[in-house]
Amino acid sequence: MSRRKAAPVDAAPAAAQRSDLTIRPVRRGDLEAVIAIDTQVTGLEKREYWRSVYRRYGESATTAGAQFLVAESAGEVVGFVIGEVRDWEFGAPPCGWVFAIDVRPDARLAGIGTRLLESICASFRRAGVRKVRTMLASENTLILSFFRSQGMMAGRFIPLEMDLEG
Amino acid sequence: MRLQQNSLLALYSLLEFASDPLRHISAAEIAQRYQVSPHHLAKVLAELARAGIVQSVRGVGGGYRFAANARRLTLLDVISRFEDVGSGTTERSGRTPADRALSTVLTEIDEMAKATLKSITLATLLRLSQQKAEAPAEDATTAPSGSNRLPR
Repeated sequence: MSRRKAAPVDAAPAAAQRSDLTIRPVRRGDLEAVIAIDTQVTGLEKREYWRSVYRRYGESATTAGAQFLVAESAGEVVGFVIGEVRDWEFGAPPCGWVFAIDVRPDARLAGIGTRLLESICASFRRAGVRKVRTMLASENTLILSFFRSQGMMAGRFIPLEMDLEG
Repeated sequence: MRLQQNSLLALYSLLEFASDPLRHISAAEIAQRYQVSPHHLAKVLAELARAGIVQSVRGVGGGYRFAANARRLTLLDVISRFEDVGSGTTERSGRTPADRALSTVLTEIDEMAKATLKSITLATLLRLSQQKAEAPAEDATTAPSGSNRLPR
């Protein structure tokens, strides 16, 4: 039996693709939409946290190599990704870290997460790094599966923790 | 970690089905491809059909076809139908402090294995398999070129 060309089962359905999708740096006016997406997904509103993230990673970012991008469709923010280049953390050469990515639940399965990740990876490449990392809870199956579908595999670091008593 | 033969057969079969979801593939065709007993494979496919992952198609040109969502079906979903994933604690679990300590370590390994299998969908495995097909050199020592024979 000859090998057949596989159907693109992991690609977003063409009909669901948003042709007007734009990925761009966050603006102050986007913050409410970002907070709303995070609140919807996590069930917990963290307004002060997001303001602090905006200060560190937004328009006037104080963090070198910071990236805070949003996905806009039909004039609405439908997703975001945040990351930065970290130098020699854990003894590793400079690499890109993605520490937040999310897409509004009603806008999922349209390739928005993929576009966001591609965009931040392109920024990392322009910054001269050739590795991207992330870390998330093992029970966060949805986002873990997303990163896996994008080609991410287990890295050479093992996260460790312990409870501090007393 | 080693998978049992039924799990491997299920995953190999599902990769075949998912690579061409509209095509009906017979158990005999897959059995020949992987050089396994059609009778043995039929049992595996019957279990996948019971789970609604594949659908049996009767008549001329019949066989099985993929009936699940490859972007949602995880490796753990499939493997756990054929073996108890993450039950690798020692039989002596809990008898002595040493057993309990060892059990803690083995449980940690099991949990990592489960989290990994749960995070990889069939679509991701298919993509990985295609990448490996395009760059075959790296794993060439594990199987003869062109062979799909199952490890024994």
